[in-house]
Parts: sequence; structure tokens; C-alpha cells
Amino acid sequence: MEPNISIRVKNLSRRFGAAWAIRNVSFTVAKGEIVGFLGPNGAGKSTTMRILSGILTAQSGSAWVGGISVAGHPHEVKRRIGYMPENNPLPNDMRVVEYLRFRARLKEVPSRKIRAAVEEAMETCDLARTARRKIIGSLSKGFRQRVGIADALLGDPEVVIMDEPTIGLDPHQIQSIRKLINSLRGRMTVILSSHILPEIERSCDRVVIINRGRVVAAGTHEALREEFAPGNHYRLRFSGKEASLLEALKSKGLAVESIRCKAQTDDLQEMHLLADDSGEVGAEMIAALQGVPGVKLHSLEPQVPNLEAIFLAATKRSWEETIGAKTPAA
Amino acid sequence: MRHFWILLKHELRMLLISPSTYLAGALFLGLMGFMYWAILREMITTPQDELPTVQFFKSFWIPTFFVVPLLTMRSIAGERSLGTLDTLLTTPTSRIAVVLSKFAGAYCFYLLLWLATLGFPLIADSLLRESNDSAILLNSAPLLGSFAFIAVSGVLFIAIGIFTSSLTRSQLVAGMLAFTLLFVVIVGGQQLGSLDQSGVTLPGWIHATVDYLRIFSHLDDFARGVVDTRPFFYYLSSGVLLLGLSTLVIEAKA
Repeated sequence: MEPNISIRVKNLSRRFGAAWAIRNVSFTVAKGEIVGFLGPNGAGKSTTMRILSGILTAQSGSAWVGGISVAGHPHEVKRRIGYMPENNPLPNDMRVVEYLRFRARLKEVPSRKIRAAVEEAMETCDLARTARRKIIGSLSKGFRQRVGIADALLGDPEVVIMDEPTIGLDPHQIQSIRKLINSLRGRMTVILSSHILPEIERSCDRVVIINRGRVVAAGTHEALREEFAPGNHYRLRFSGKEASLLEALKSKGLAVESIRCKAQTDDLQEMHLLADDSGEVGAEMIAALQGVPGVKLHSLEPQVPNLEAIFLAATKRSWEETIGAKTPAA
Repeated sequence: MRHFWILLKHELRMLLISPSTYLAGALFLGLMGFMYWAILREMITTPQDELPTVQFFKSFWIPTFFVVPLLTMRSIAGERSLGTLDTLLTTPTSRIAVVLSKFAGAYCFYLLLWLATLGFPLIADSLLRESNDSAILLNSAPLLGSFAFIAVSGVLFIAIGIFTSSLTRSQLVAGMLAFTLLFVVIVGGQQLGSLDQSGVTLPGWIHATVDYLRIFSHLDDFARGVVDTRPFFYYLSSGVLLLGLSTLVIEAKA
């Protein structure tokens, strides 16, 4: 295993009854990387995370954390992982500091280092001054999430796995959790799953998209954009006929294609254009539309496909492939 | 082993800070105190063959039916429904350590409750000092024998509670299952014994097995000071078997 690879998952499969939760899932995560795990509900994100953290066993396939096999040495792997499960379960009747000390002992942090480790985790998660002696049951959702993250960070694990760390939080809390996750970049390898796509887009270096138990896409945002939303996208607001506008652009040698066009008002229309992948053509388009009879350009705005578009395209493609595979050849 | 002690300490601590512990303790001691008082009162009116201590411990099944489910139903089912069992299993803690710590925590509290009942003969003795009944009230042999029975049988009873708690995520279902299993073990064994005494002739090995399962006769032996290894083997082996099964259930239901 390469020295800079922190997590390697190869052909991991797990079945619950007759249904496959994940099937032949493979991906790698480099050391110090923050990777987002995306997928619709029931896609198999949590199952993969639970197998990686040693709670579940896989039916087939292998997973290694820090070069150690999860199935072969689960206890050794657990020493290297900090895991925050979905819904962040916490005991309601303990104080924050007591709970974190208890967890540090269980995570085999040496006795003389427990106090310092707990202080460091509380400091990182901004709990030291605000919620130190509070009873967990009385904490707000945001603080509970922080306690969960502080627990995952205890003992300075190599890998931190967080299942939906920002679920149910308000925008301020999401921002502070994002800052917290960003502060871990380079120090620890982080895998996090979230339904909030902009959140993953901002925090993660790479994304793994999983659908119906299979990895349908993996890579950096740019690579995924190239694969699932290639070309340059533009949004134009104009008055006049759509056909005249497209004709004017094509007459100037611009290879463009209208994705959709809808009327904003009686006069004004909005069009999404896809230009070929030959680079930025915004200036050429503006020049081409100067003085075209019956067409008046109001605005032109380059559009960068966001993760949501990539996610939808990737999951749609995987569904189409699944349906295609099931349909017998004519 | 290190994890077992950390978890046991945590279990005992949680028991100590939980108001339901004190409620269960007060209910148990209230009920048992009332029963001890009723036994003493009965002794005043009617001559009895048995010592009050022996009579008192013969009613062990009454509190067992409600204290054991109350003590154990939360242990694993509660952790599972809250989701904290998952967080526990992401640490390098073994499943055996989790089950054993839950068992040991509940068992310690169970013994503590019974130890507190030793206060009843002491209170009665101090109140009846002038009647010179110390020899009857504080006869150490049946007291120690009966207590040994409580301690040994407690292993099986608490293990039943832990096992049923590992089967489900609902504390209520776990409690009901524990009650049912305890009923089968305590009353069912006794009923099989009665079948044998009611004139039905059973083959030798069945007779021996049925006799082996009669919990009340074990108590009689212990109270008389007869310490047989067979009850020890019965309670300890069944207890260990159930705790082993609980570990497997946790593993399978992860």
C-alpha cells in the first residue's frame, strides 16, 4: 500500500437480507485529505462508514485504514479512527467534560494525557469555556454536534469519519462546523457525508458519489465537472427570437447549444447555453450579438455547474445504466 | 480487561446518579421490609417451623420478578435505542467487555439491595432486645446460606435480564421478556418438581434433571447449610451461556 494512502476500500459488499446495501464499492483516500461522501437516502453511505469504523462486517471485499486491514485487525483500526455516527448519539445525563474523559479512557489515551487530550478536543470544538460542565441533555443541537466531533477527535486519530455532521443545524452553526472541519485539513484524514451539497463543495477536497450501493463517481470537483457537466455553461438574458440569437452565434463560428430557454416576461427570455470545451467564449458571444437585428442582449453570465448538478447527473446516469442493464437486449 | 473496569466504573457511576436507582431501591426495601414485618407478626400468633430468615429468603422470587427486569432492561436495549452502543463499539472495546460490564453493574446493585435487607434482622433485634431472641433473629448459618443462594442464583437471573435486553431495542419488550423467562425458570422448574411429587413416575434421568432445576429446593439446601456444587454449576453455567449468547446477539445485530 502506498505510504500516502490513508484509506483503501476494494470491492466492499454488504447485504441486509436479500437487499445489497453496498456492492463492489472501491475508493481510496489520501492522507490529510477531506473527502465528501454523497448519495441519496439509502445509497449505502452509512453502511460503508460503519464497515470502515469496524462496527459492521462486510460480506466480501476488503478495507484498509493506515495500511491495516479492518477485518483482520478491527481493534487496531479502531485505535486509529474517530467516528461520529449518524444522529450523533450521546448520553443525556452526563456532563460534557465527564463524557469526553470517559471516551478518552475507552480510546486508550494514556492516563497522564487524558486531561490534556480532552482539553485540546474541547478547545478545538469551542466547548472549553461555553459548555464544559453542562449536562449533555440540556445542550442545543449545535453544541451536541460539537461534543460528537470533539469525541471523534479525541486521541488524535489518523482518520475521522463523520456521518452527517451538519444535519439539523442553522446556517451559523453550519459555518462554524465547516471552519472546524477545515482546520483539520492536513492534520487528519476526514471522511464526511452530508446531504447539504454546497457544504461538501466548500469543505471537501474530493467527492465520492454513491448511489444504490455503488460508487458512481469519485474525484475532485473539477474532474467530476469535466465528466458529468463538460463544456462552458452560460446564462443569457435577451429580448428577441431564440433562433435568431443562435443563428447569429453560429454564424460567427461559435459551437453553442441551447439547453433550455424560457420566457421571463413578455419580452425578456432566459437561455442556458452550452459552449464547447474550447475555453472561455463570453467576450466572443457579446461581440457576435452586437447589432443583430431583432435581438438585444441584456446580460451574459458564465455558469459553473455546482455539485448539485454533478450529483444529479451522476445519480441519473447510474439509474439509467441500472435500468439499461435490466432491460433485455432487443 | 482494562475496558471492562472503565465500563463497570461508568455503569456504577450512572446507577448512582440515576434517580430510578433510588426509586427501585426504596420500592424493594419497602416491600421486603413489609414482608419481614409480616413474617415476624405471623410468628407471634402462630408457632413456625422455620426461622424468620429462612421464611424471608423463601420469598426471593417476588422482588426478583420486578427488580431484575427493572435493573437490566435498560442496559443494552437502552444503549441500542439511543445509538450509544454504536459509539461504544467504535472504540477498541470488545463486545464481551460491554456485556460483562453491564452484567457486573446490575449484579453489584442487585447484591447491594439484598445486603441492605440484612438490616431488617438487626433492626428487629435492636427493637426486641429484651426478649432474648437474638439467636433466632441473627442466626448466622441460615443467613449466610440464604445469602449465598441469592448471590449464586442472582448470576442466572441478572444474566437472563442482560440477555433479553440484548435481543431488542425496546426497553419495555426487554423487561417483559425478562419477566417471562424468569417466571419460566423459577415457577416452571418448581412446577416440574411438583409433577414429580404428584405421583407421576418419571424415568431416573428425567427425575434427576427435574430435581436439578428446582430453584426452591436449592434455597432449602443453602438455608440448611448444605452447599452442593450442582446448583453452583447450574446457575453459573447457565449465566455464562446467556452472557455468551448476549455477546453473539450484539455482534449479529450490529
